[in-house]
Amino acid sequence: MEVGRLPISASQRGKLIAAGYTTLSSFSSLSPSHLARDLKISDNEAAEIMRVASHSHRLDGSAAGCGTVNGAQTAWDMLHEEEMFPRITTSCMDLDNILGGGINCKEVTEIGGVPGIGKTQLGIQLAINVQIPVDYGGLGGKAIYIDTEGSFMVERALQIAEACIEDMSECGGLLRKDFQACQLKMHPNNILENIFYFRVCSYTEQIALINYLDKFISEHKDVKIVIVDSVTFHFRQDFDDMALRTRLLSGMALKLMKLAKDFSLAVVLLNQVTNKYIDGSFQLTLALGDSWSHSCTNRVILYWNGNERYAYIDKSPSLRSASAPYSVTSKGIRNSASNCKRIKMM
Amino acid sequence: MSNFVSFQALSLMELRVQNEHLAGHLPTHMKGLDEALCGGIPFGVLTELVGPAGIGKTQFCLKLSLLASLPASYGGLDGHVIYIDVESKFSSRRLIEIGVKSFPEIFHRKGMAQEMAGRIHVLRPASLSEFTESLQQIKISLLQNQVKLLVIDSMAALVTGEFEHGAPRQNTLGWHVSFIKSLAEFSRIPVVVTNQVRSQSRDEICHYYFQVQSWNETIEDRTRHDSHLVAALGINWAHAVTIRLVLEAKSDQRFIKVAKSPISPPLAFPFNITSSGILLLSDDGIELTGPDINAIHCQGHNDIINFGGESLQC
Repeated sequence: MEVGRLPISASQRGKLIAAGYTTLSSFSSLSPSHLARDLKISDNEAAEIMRVASHSHRLDGSAAGCGTVNGAQTAWDMLHEEEMFPRITTSCMDLDNILGGGINCKEVTEIGGVPGIGKTQLGIQLAINVQIPVDYGGLGGKAIYIDTEGSFMVERALQIAEACIEDMSECGGLLRKDFQACQLKMHPNNILENIFYFRVCSYTEQIALINYLDKFISEHKDVKIVIVDSVTFHFRQDFDDMALRTRLLSGMALKLMKLAKDFSLAVVLLNQVTNKYIDGSFQLTLALGDSWSHSCTNRVILYWNGNERYAYIDKSPSLRSASAPYSVTSKGIRNSASNCKRIKMM
Repeated sequence: MSNFVSFQALSLMELRVQNEHLAGHLPTHMKGLDEALCGGIPFGVLTELVGPAGIGKTQFCLKLSLLASLPASYGGLDGHVIYIDVESKFSSRRLIEIGVKSFPEIFHRKGMAQEMAGRIHVLRPASLSEFTESLQQIKISLLQNQVKLLVIDSMAALVTGEFEHGAPRQNTLGWHVSFIKSLAEFSRIPVVVTNQVRSQSRDEICHYYFQVQSWNETIEDRTRHDSHLVAALGINWAHAVTIRLVLEAKSDQRFIKVAKSPISPPLAFPFNITSSGILLLSDDGIELTGPDINAIHCQGHNDIINFGGESLQC
């Protein structure tokens, strides 16, 4: 039974989710003081939550008695869970729209494109947007940024963070009557503090790090997005044994999917492009080969369409193929400036 | 086993932008370009200069080498420079000329020219394997902290002609790219690499499978791209460099364009080559929208290197 259906206050629910407890079973076996520590609330409050939870569970009666498979989750429960998680906005409305609201937590999304199209920009934007407080419609989470190429430039992250705070202050001023209470106390340094940056210099380091993330995220439960920029770089240099490469990549993909599911976070993998000879001509495709293309849940391709940057949903179990324009500005990723912007359905 | 160190991005900022010399950038003394690049050529990453022959890449490198050797009071890095001169284009005479014209106060003092020029170490590897060996030695001198700039002029020339075609070349380049990038990062110095151009073959007018093109568009593209130049070394290399500066000649004017940069808007600056190096004609760049920022135009330059239309597969 998921947390969203418990009769507790919204802030208590928010704290449970932020700490990683999405279902009743995830915290029902804990002691109240353990829960209190994790949620940073009083022991009494934690005990109250657990009392309410076990009471609702008894009333619900939906659990294991019907011969369901151990460990399985019903589709109905999954639907409710999905609805509970706000998606991570990209700061571009059109792009958010084709993504169904933004980048989905609990899924692995691959984003690829030619050099200079804005992959790193989008990565940095997401690392910042995941931190948007719950009050402003965000997740209030932290980010892990795994840099394999050295593309992360902290000056740019600072610029985007400042712009994000500015935008939020503007919105806050417009929407809130009780401005004092909701006044944004974020400083760009706070935002930078919440991005955990890892630099890996070889494919073995990359794989080892992804294996280590399990432990790291258990200690930092508020991480809500893991960005790998780029997943490709180390796998393109001196790999003679392609079979090995395919095995390593698929192992890595499985690990990442498990991370996404277990900790309810978004995994975003940035990929490069290559030329492939298909049907008598060269075409652009994302790198790492055919088997890799099956590994990620969602696949988004960033490309040039005339003079504009577009994103195309290449593969997704729940989103339809569509493209949308976006732009890269000094503030980060934003809506495209052109007047005739429209979403093209394929 | 947690050998992993994570930095919070904030500590990166404190380490680099706040504590490093000149906030982690080497100013080029071209005001518009320095502003676009948040201070100058960034430390710790690969900056590529690409353009047709004779456009000014080596001139740019000579000026940068000089700037890196200058004392800090003149906006330099007060350090040594390793200049890998593959095609024997390095001219010490021209270097001194640039120095004398740009910084007369320093260069007219007795012994200064010798000291500055004495900080620039020129290597002339005759083959890729010699270059590979010298990279190992370079790594050691970087660890000693005196070298403040590494210039490789040109990367394309090193790789050309080493192999017939296909896979071996790409893999070797891959190793070098990773190695050079890691050199840049651990020593936190700027690394500038020049690249050549070649004409774009028809096969390379690449689109994704979902980009449907009308027949007319295809014809237009073809005629446009017949005179189009692209950077050598392939798409893998294009992904690997952090900053790409394109030098080109268009409408009888030379331009330097910030074609790829995580920290800059897509700006083009008109420039001329003068006795004191490169001079920007305007510090307010022209903002180019669209992929045109990546295009390399070459009007009036005849000696373009053409690799015979062969395509580099990754």
